[in-house]
Amino acid sequence: MASLVGSRVERKEDKRFLTGKGRYTADINLANQTYAIFVRSPHARASIKKLNIDKALKSSGVVSILTGKEIADDKIGGLIAGWAIRSEDGTEMKCPGNPPLAKDNVNFVGDPVAVVIAESLAEAKEAAEKVEVDYKVLKAVTSTADAMNGDTIHEGIDKNLCFDWLLGDRQKVKEAFDKADKVISIDIINNRLIPNAMEPRACVADYNAASEEITLYTTSQNPHLSRLIMSAFGNVAPEHKLRVVAPDVGGGFGSKINVYNEDIVCSWAAKKISRAIKWVAERSESFLTDIHGRDHVTHAELAVTKDGKFLGFKNETIANLGAYARVFGTVTPTYLFGPCATGVYEIPAAYTNVKAVYTNTAPVDAYRGAGRPEATYTIERLVEKASMELGIDKTELRIKNFPTAFPFKQTLVHTVDSGDYVAGMEKAKQMADYKGFEARRKESEAKGKLRGIGVTSYFEACGIAPSAAVMSLGCGVGLWESAEVRFNPTGQVTVYTGSHSHGQSHQTTFAQIAADELGVPIENIDIVHGDTDKGTFGMGTYGSRSLAVGGIAIVNACKKIVEKGKRVTAKMLEANPEDVEFKDGEFIVSKSNKKKTIGEVAFACYLPGVRDEMKSPLPEGDEPGLKETSFYDPSNFSFPAGTHIAEVEIDPETGHVKLEKYTACDDFGRIINPMVVEGQVHGGLAQGIGQALYENAEYDETGQLMTGSYMDYTMPRADNFPEFNIGYTCTHATTNPLGVKGCGEAGAIAAPPTVMNAVIDALGGQEVTMPATAEKVWKACKNLKKSNAKAA
Amino acid sequence: MGKISLEVNGRKVEKEAPDNTLLSTFLREHLQLTGTHIGCDTSQCGACVVHVDGNSLKSCTALAADVNGSKVTTIEGLETNGKMHPMQEAFKKLHGLQCGFCTPGMVMSAVDLLQKNKKPSDTEIRDWLEGNICRCTGYQNIVAAVKEAATKM
Repeated sequence: MASLVGSRVERKEDKRFLTGKGRYTADINLANQTYAIFVRSPHARASIKKLNIDKALKSSGVVSILTGKEIADDKIGGLIAGWAIRSEDGTEMKCPGNPPLAKDNVNFVGDPVAVVIAESLAEAKEAAEKVEVDYKVLKAVTSTADAMNGDTIHEGIDKNLCFDWLLGDRQKVKEAFDKADKVISIDIINNRLIPNAMEPRACVADYNAASEEITLYTTSQNPHLSRLIMSAFGNVAPEHKLRVVAPDVGGGFGSKINVYNEDIVCSWAAKKISRAIKWVAERSESFLTDIHGRDHVTHAELAVTKDGKFLGFKNETIANLGAYARVFGTVTPTYLFGPCATGVYEIPAAYTNVKAVYTNTAPVDAYRGAGRPEATYTIERLVEKASMELGIDKTELRIKNFPTAFPFKQTLVHTVDSGDYVAGMEKAKQMADYKGFEARRKESEAKGKLRGIGVTSYFEACGIAPSAAVMSLGCGVGLWESAEVRFNPTGQVTVYTGSHSHGQSHQTTFAQIAADELGVPIENIDIVHGDTDKGTFGMGTYGSRSLAVGGIAIVNACKKIVEKGKRVTAKMLEANPEDVEFKDGEFIVSKSNKKKTIGEVAFACYLPGVRDEMKSPLPEGDEPGLKETSFYDPSNFSFPAGTHIAEVEIDPETGHVKLEKYTACDDFGRIINPMVVEGQVHGGLAQGIGQALYENAEYDETGQLMTGSYMDYTMPRADNFPEFNIGYTCTHATTNPLGVKGCGEAGAIAAPPTVMNAVIDALGGQEVTMPATAEKVWKACKNLKKSNAKAA
Repeated sequence: MGKISLEVNGRKVEKEAPDNTLLSTFLREHLQLTGTHIGCDTSQCGACVVHVDGNSLKSCTALAADVNGSKVTTIEGLETNGKMHPMQEAFKKLHGLQCGFCTPGMVMSAVDLLQKNKKPSDTEIRDWLEGNICRCTGYQNIVAAVKEAATKM
C-alpha cells in the first residue's frame, strides 16, 4: 500500500467550504434566541462614576441588561494570564484584575461595561445607545517606550511594570563585550499588528434548564482550554455542566486562543435569562477588542571580532502587554521570545531582558509566531547591520556563525536536536540566484530605481510545549495533546483530537497519518475535534503544535491499537502474539503466513466468535472493544529552520517598495502533505510581508485606535505579492516518531527581517521602521540623495 | 417592511423584510443561505460577494429592496446537479482555501472575472481580486486556481 504521509492529498474539508455548507458560529441560530450588544468604553482610561440603564431597559424588545455589578455579585471570575513570570529580582509578576464587564474602571477603548440583550439585533443596538455611562476621563498611557513614566494605570502596579525578566548572564556578556573588536548596536521597533482572522469573533450561548447545562458555540482555537478557564477561573459553571463547541472557525492566528469577555458574559447571562444569546462582532469591534500582536521596543547589541565571529549578544526590550495580561500575554515576550533571541548562531554569551508594561490599549497576546518573530527580527537586523559594518558578505557572515554540529546546545535554553543550516543557506542562495543580484541591481539603477537584497536565517521553537522543559523554567504548565482512536465494529475509524483546525487541514493530514498507521483507507477515517462533548480534554492549536504534538498522540494511539490487534489476531489464529506482524492493514502470522485484516480484527474485538474462529472471548487481560487513547507530552520542542531571501525595488521618486522576488527555503522535518505545507508557508509569508510593508496598529496619545477598519489598517491584498519561490531541505526531528517539526509560523517569523533587510540594503543602510511605507521610504531616499551628493 | 421578490439560485422567493435590510442579511437571515459571509463593516473584505443578474456584487453594499426582482446566485447555487463548478474544483485541486471563510466571496468574484476575461494574466487576476481579502493563503494558490479554472470553463 502506498504511503499517504508525504503525498499531496486533496483536502477532505474543502467541499463544504466551497459549496457554502461550512458551519461557522455566526451561521448558528437557535430557537427563541436573543441578541447581545456590548456597551463599550469610548475612552482609553476612565473611572465609571455612574451607569444608568433605566432608559435602556424601557427600550423596545429588551430582555435584560447586565453590568459589572451583576458580574461581581455573581462572583464571575475575570480573564487571566496563563503563565507566571518572575522578575530578575525574584518577585512575582503583577497582574491586575480583568473582570468580563468593567465595574469601576475602564482601561482601553472597547473595554465592555454592560451587555444589552434583546429580542432582535436592531433592538439590542437601539437600547445600547440608551445606556448612560458617566465617565471621569483620566490621562491615558499609550506609548510602549514611555509606559513606565506614565500615570499608574492599575492600583499597586508601580511604573505600569508587570515584570522585569532576565534570561542569561549579564556578567558573562560584559566579559564578552570587553573582548570584542567591534560592537554593533541597533534600536528597533516591532510594530503592533492586529491579527484579523477573516471570521470576526462570535458566540452563541444556550442554557438547558432540564440538564442545567450551558452550551457555548464560540470562535475558539482551543475549546477544551476555554472550558477549563471559564470553569476553573471564570466560575461560569462546573466543567461537566459546560459544553464548549468551536465549529468551523474562520482563521485564528492566535487571536482566538483567549477566552474573551463575551464568551463568559454570554454563557453566564444565558443561564440567568434561561434563553439562548447570540453575539457576533462587527469588524470594528474586532479591531478594538481582539488581542493585538508584537509591539516591542528593543535595543540590542552584538559583540564581534574583526573577522566576524560573534562573541556576545544583549537584548533590552520593552514589551507592551496592553491593558491587561491575557492567556499567552506574559509568556509570549518571555519564554517564546528570549530563548530564540540568539537565532541560529553560536554566541557564547547572551542575555535577554524584558520589561513588560501595561498601557491603555487592547491586550497584546500571541499572534502567529508569538515572540519568535520579534526575536528573529532583532537578531537578523543586527546580523545584517554587522555584515554592512564589517564588510563581510551577509551569507558568509551567517555561515561563519552557524553551529557546526547537532544537537546544537544554544547559549540560553534550547538544545536543537537536528538541522543543517548551511545546506538551507546554500539552497536558498541557489533558488534566489544570489550570485546574479549585482547584475539585477545595475539593471534597476539604469532605470533610476534602487534595488536591495535581504537575507534571514531563522529557527523557531515549535510544538509547544514539553512539560519537563516548561516546568523546569518555572513558568507554569506544559502543553501535551490527546488523541483517541476508535474503531467501529465494521471497520471505520474515528480519531478524536484535542487540537483544533481553523484552516490547518487536520481533517486531511491527521487522516493521512492514521491511514498509514492503521492501513485503513483514508475515506473510512473521520477526524473529530472542536467539541468538549466529543473526545478527551486537549490543549488546542497554536505554536505550530498540532502535528508535532497532536499528530504524535494519534500515532501513539494507533500503535496501541496495533498492539492489541496483534494479541487478538494471535488468539484468532492460535499463534503467539510475538509472531504476529502488522503491515498495510493486515496482521500476519510470520510462521504460518495466515492473515487477518484490521477490519476483521476490529469486528472480533466487539463481537468475538461471530465471524471468526474464536471459540472464547478475547485474550486474557484484554477487554472487548477497539479504542485507544494517548496523551503525548513531547520530550523537547521541535526546531524548524531555514533561510529566506528577498529582493525589493524602490522608486525613489515615490518611495514605493515593490517586492520583486521572495525565496523561502525551509526545513520542517518530514512533510505529511506538501500541498498543505506550501499553503501554510504562503500564508505565513503574506502576514510577515504585511508586517514589513503594510500593516500597523496605531493609537493616538489619547488611546483612540487610529487604524480601526479596513479603510485604515492596510491588509495585504492579492496585488501586493509576487509569486513566492518555495523550497525545502529536510532533516528529521529526532525527538518524535514522525520526524516532524511544524510549519505554520515560519513565514511570519522570517519574512519581516528578510524584507526589511532588503529595503534597508536598497537604502544604503539607512534604518526605516516597519511598515516601510512609501512616505518613510521616500524620505529615506531624499536623505540618500543628499548624502550621496555630499560624498561626491 | 416591504416585500422582497427575488430569484435566488433558480428559485423564486418572496419575503417580507424591513426596508433597511441589506442583501447580505436577507440572504443569511431570511433565506438561511449562510454560505455568504460577513467579514467586515466597510465593504472591504469581499466575503459577501454574490452575483446579481450575472455580475458580482458585494451583497453588504446593496439593500435587498434595491435589487428587488433580480436574479441572485450565491455560492450555494454554483453547483449543477451536485457537481461542483470548475472554479470550485480548481480551488480544491490547488489548495486555494484554508479556513474557508473568504472562500465563497473569492469564488464568486473569480467566476465573474472569467465571465468578463476568459484568459486573464496573473496581474489581471491579482488586480481583480484586490477587493477580496484572504488572511490564510497568501493568494498564490487562489491565483493558480483561477488560471486552472480558466482552462476548464
